[in-house]
Parts: sequence; structure tokens; C-alpha cells
Amino acid sequence: MANLKSSLNLRDKGAEYWERSPKWRRVALAIFFIAICYALPFLNNPLVNTPGSDFQSVLFYPVGMYVLMAIGLNIVVGKSGLLDLGYVAFFAIGAYTMAILGTKTSLNFWEILPIGVGLAMLSGVLLGTPTLRLRGDYLAIVTLGFGEIVRIFAVNTDAIGGSRGIAGIPTPPDVFNAKFTILDPKPYYWMLLTFTLLIIWMVRRMAARRPGRAWDAIRQDDDVAQLMGINTRKYKVWAFVLGAAVAGVGGVVYASQILSIVPDQFNLNISILILACVVFGGIGNVWGVILGAVLLAFTPERIRFLSQPRILVFGIALVVMMNLRPDGILPKKKREHFDPDWHTVEESGEGEIK
Amino acid sequence: MDFALLHDAFWGLTFDGIALGAIYALISLGYTLVYGVLRLINFAHSEVFMIGTFAALVAASGIMGVKVEDDPRTGVSMILTLIVCLVVAMLASAITAVLVEIVAYRRLRQRGATKLATLISAIGVSISLVELFRIITDSLPREFPRIMEKTFLFSYAGADVRNDKVIVIIAAGLMMFALERFITKTRLGKGIRAVSMDENTSTLMGVNINRVITVTFFAGGLMAGAAAFFYILVYENTSFKVGFFLGISAFTAAVLGGIGNLKGALFGGFALGLMETWTSAVFGTAWKAVISFIILVLVLLIKPTGLFGESIQQARV
Repeated sequence: MANLKSSLNLRDKGAEYWERSPKWRRVALAIFFIAICYALPFLNNPLVNTPGSDFQSVLFYPVGMYVLMAIGLNIVVGKSGLLDLGYVAFFAIGAYTMAILGTKTSLNFWEILPIGVGLAMLSGVLLGTPTLRLRGDYLAIVTLGFGEIVRIFAVNTDAIGGSRGIAGIPTPPDVFNAKFTILDPKPYYWMLLTFTLLIIWMVRRMAARRPGRAWDAIRQDDDVAQLMGINTRKYKVWAFVLGAAVAGVGGVVYASQILSIVPDQFNLNISILILACVVFGGIGNVWGVILGAVLLAFTPERIRFLSQPRILVFGIALVVMMNLRPDGILPKKKREHFDPDWHTVEESGEGEIK
Repeated sequence: MDFALLHDAFWGLTFDGIALGAIYALISLGYTLVYGVLRLINFAHSEVFMIGTFAALVAASGIMGVKVEDDPRTGVSMILTLIVCLVVAMLASAITAVLVEIVAYRRLRQRGATKLATLISAIGVSISLVELFRIITDSLPREFPRIMEKTFLFSYAGADVRNDKVIVIIAAGLMMFALERFITKTRLGKGIRAVSMDENTSTLMGVNINRVITVTFFAGGLMAGAAAFFYILVYENTSFKVGFFLGISAFTAAVLGGIGNLKGALFGGFALGLMETWTSAVFGTAWKAVISFIILVLVLLIKPTGLFGESIQQARV
């Protein structure tokens, strides 16, 4: 059994291979994978295509969008251990910023993007500053409430379209030769992929530095982290705000592709699905999170031919997978404290949310 | 904003609020019991409630043969129908709750999985149950036949007191009283209190944890089933979505009072029921969830573990 387990442990094998590789091989591998990601829309394999919906559209939404949002939520839930059930609110704020400014002013996509991200971050500060001293489940219900409030506000405010939402959102201006039109999802996918890669790079750099270590400490024990002189409040709010910024990017891009938005697109189910992506893939590990998001976004589209029971199958798959692999498909590598004179001790309290 | 409506219909709204609050309180007892023992939000509890409403529906039309177009029943036949529906709903919900524990929680708990993994597993069960009932009911709401004639018993200060709501309030009170007796007086109740105090120590003292957890889910399910029957008796329709809305409100109620604390769940349920009916009179029903959440946030900012703190063992209903 132990043998089987170690042979199945692709994560450690992969990580080992990566660590032993010389620099040129790492660069080559990275370029190779990135190139594959960019070429995905041209893939027309019967195994991965999606009967019932356009494969290129599926790559943009839900797959690409879920990956982006899961990476953002992973900063909040996976890295700093704050349970956020209202993540969709920041997505909605980004999307509504794009919709309102795009239809009411002459600003274009690239000018609205920083505004949308800024507003999402600002709402992250406004929500985070008073509520982040709450713990675990209390934070969960407050964030869940925030997500619902944003949606209800949008439904009941006629100035922003009420329950009919906003239609006629402009597409981004052309970049190089790529034309952003409703009929061609490819440029949107490439843009989203570019943003995602940039964000992965930023998150990885940050995780290796002071904020990342502070988040690790806060996740493992809030009180001890504070005793060690970490300004826990500051780093928690930062985690929250960065997560919000990523969702804001997603929202702006989404609104510019979908052309019309209604409040009910931003319901609690999205928050829960994104959280499921994070936990399903392997909380705290960015590659696991990406894998989880791809699987959870792609599977319901792939099995669309089942039409009626597809969400049911999805729910059952979620339960079965969590029972078989409670730490996710690609869990975070458990670092071992190495001390030559003593046996190895595994880090305790990995990813545990109190 | 319409403060005149609140002023004019104050007692009527208050009465409706208490009836709604009784339903919330019964559901939030289930959240709180499970939280007290496992320290987990039972995300599938709203679906336990949803199944209770459908069980009551099946009991009324299948077992007792009441049709939607029939006249309401009277006398012994009515009382019998009410009791059968209540019992079937309670049992169906309780059995569902126990099954949810076995499917979504047991294995993960025994492997010492993280809280989040268990949460996602419960969400998976919740999604599956909702989808199952969406497919069975063809996404359509179902109407519940009228079992009893709804009459106004008496009026007080302009408030008409309707008989079905009186029954709901009284019966819910009895349920809560029975649960309180069970938790404080019986051996199993003592087990629940012991486990919620300290799981490891109670294992050492010979408490059978698995049995205590099953009983906890069962008791929470019974309460949710009762709530389901009362809900369907008053509002006379259900759909696969019903658990979602009531579940969020009931969970809010549990947190408001201090999750894990029975007294808190009761107080939170009634407080939320009253707040929702009052504020929806003033601001319109669309905003009631917003107001409830704002009040919840304000309460949590002042008392971060809810109004009554979060322990089951020192709480009395």
C-alpha cells in the first residue's frame, strides 16, 4: 500500500524532477507549457472537446475564468487561511465597473481595467478592515452575506439596470492584430491567459517573500504569528485585497466578453464553486488549484450530453473525490524540517482553518 | 421607506415574525447542534429541510390521500393528517441527516481531514440533493394541499391571529422543550454535551463518539423536519430551491445567537424572524436579507462570537 501510494505521488516526483533540472531545462519546460496553453483553442481532440458548447468559448468561460479566480481565492483561503464565501462579490464589482463605465462613458477597456481592479480592492479594504478580526466560520458567514448584499443591491437598484442588468457593454479595442469581437473568443482567452500567467508569477514571488511567510504563519496560528511580531491585521487585509484585485480583473474581462450582464450571474454558487476548485485541486498549491479549477469547470461542459443529471454527477464526483483525497488532487507539499540529529517532523496544521 | 405600515400593522407583523422565527429557530438548532459537536458548518442541512418539505407533501397526498383541489379536512381526519405529515417529515429529515453524516462526514472525520475538505464534501452532498430534486420535480414548484381551514382566531390591536400560525408557534415551542429535556436530562444528551466540551476527553471517559454524532445529526434532522412541515403548512408550496433561502437565514440566525449554543439558536431564530418581517414592511421585501446581514455584522463586531457565545454545554434552551 505504501509502495502504491509513493508511486502515485506525482506531485513529489514532479517537484523533485523540477528541482534537479538545470536552469535551461526549466526555462524550456516553462516555455513549452505556456506555448501549449496559448495553442489550446486550436486543439480539436474528441477526448477534450465539449459537445453542446463551443470549445473555444468554454476555454474562456468557465475554464480560464475559474482558473484565474481560483488563483485569487487561493491567496485568501489557501495561503492565509481565511474562509471567504463571498468571493463572487469582487467579480461582480469588476464586471459592473466595466459595464457601467463602458456604456455610460467613452473610456475603453484598458482605461476601465485599473478602475475596476481599484474598486474591487477598495471594497476588499472596506469589507476586510472591520471583519477580519472575526475567525473561521464567523468570517465565512459575513463574507457570504457580503456576496449576497452586492447581488441584491444590483437587483434592486434601477440606476444600474435592476434585475435586467446592463446590455451593450463595449468590447476592448484591438491589440496588434487580435480583434475582440463577440464571435471569436480566442483573443479573450489569450488575454485572460496572459493576465493569469502574470498573476501566477506575482503570487509566486510574493509567496516566497515576507508577505508569503507572514500568511503561512497566520494560517498556522494567528496568535503565535502576532506574538512573533507579525502585523496580522495588515497581512490579512492585504491577502483579502489581493484576492479581490484578481477577481476584479476577472470581472472586467468577463463583462467585456459577455457583452451583457445580469445580477443573477453573480450568485452564491459561483463563490462556492470557486472555493470547491481551490480545495478540490489542493489547497495552497497553485498548480493543484489550477488543476482543480480546470477539472471542475471543464467536467460539467464535457458531460453536457448528459444534459439533465450533469450537475448531479458533478456533485457526486465532488463528494467521492473529497472522500478519496481529502487534501485535494495535488496537495501542497508538506515541508519537512530537516535536522540531521533528529528525526524529521512534519509541519503541523497544514492548511487547517480554525 | 414606509414607517406608517410598520406602525399600523405592528402587532400583525410581530405575530407573523414570531411564526417565521419559530421555523428559523427549529432549523438553526440543527446547525448549532452539529456545530457544537463537530465544529463544522453542516452545509447540507438546508437540504435536510428541503427533503422534509417534500416528505410532508408525499405524506399528505400519498398516504392520507389529500388532493390540492379537495376541501380542507375537519375533525379527527384533520388532526390525524397533520400528525402523520409531521411525523413523516421529521423522520425523513432525520434519516437524511444521518445519511449525510455517513456519506459526507464520517470517513473524512476518521481520516482527520481538514475542515475545508469536509466543508466541500458537504457542499457536494448539498449540490447532489438539490439537483436530484430539481430533476424529480422538473424544476417546478409544488403546491401543498390545504389540510386545515385557515381561520382567524381573534384580533388583537388590529392583528389577526391565524390558527395555523398559532399551531406552528405552540408546536415549535413543544419541540424545543423536548430537545432541551433530551440534551439536559438523558444519557445521550449528556454525551452530546460532553463531546461538545472536549472530544478527546469524552472518548477517554467511554463516550461512543460515533453514536453521539449520529444522534446529534438525527436530532437536528428531526427539528429540521418539523420546521419543514410547519413551513409547508403555512406557505403551502415548496420547490427544490426552498432549502437555500431558509438555510441561509437559519444559519444567520444561529451565528447571530452564537453558533454551537442552543439558547443562541432560539434567540437568533426569533430575532431574525422578527427583524425580517419588520424591515420588509419598512424597506420592502427585497432588502430584508441586506438588513439582516447588516445587523449580523454589527452584532459580530461588538460580540465576535455572537450574542450568547458558542458553547453547547452551558446552554439551556
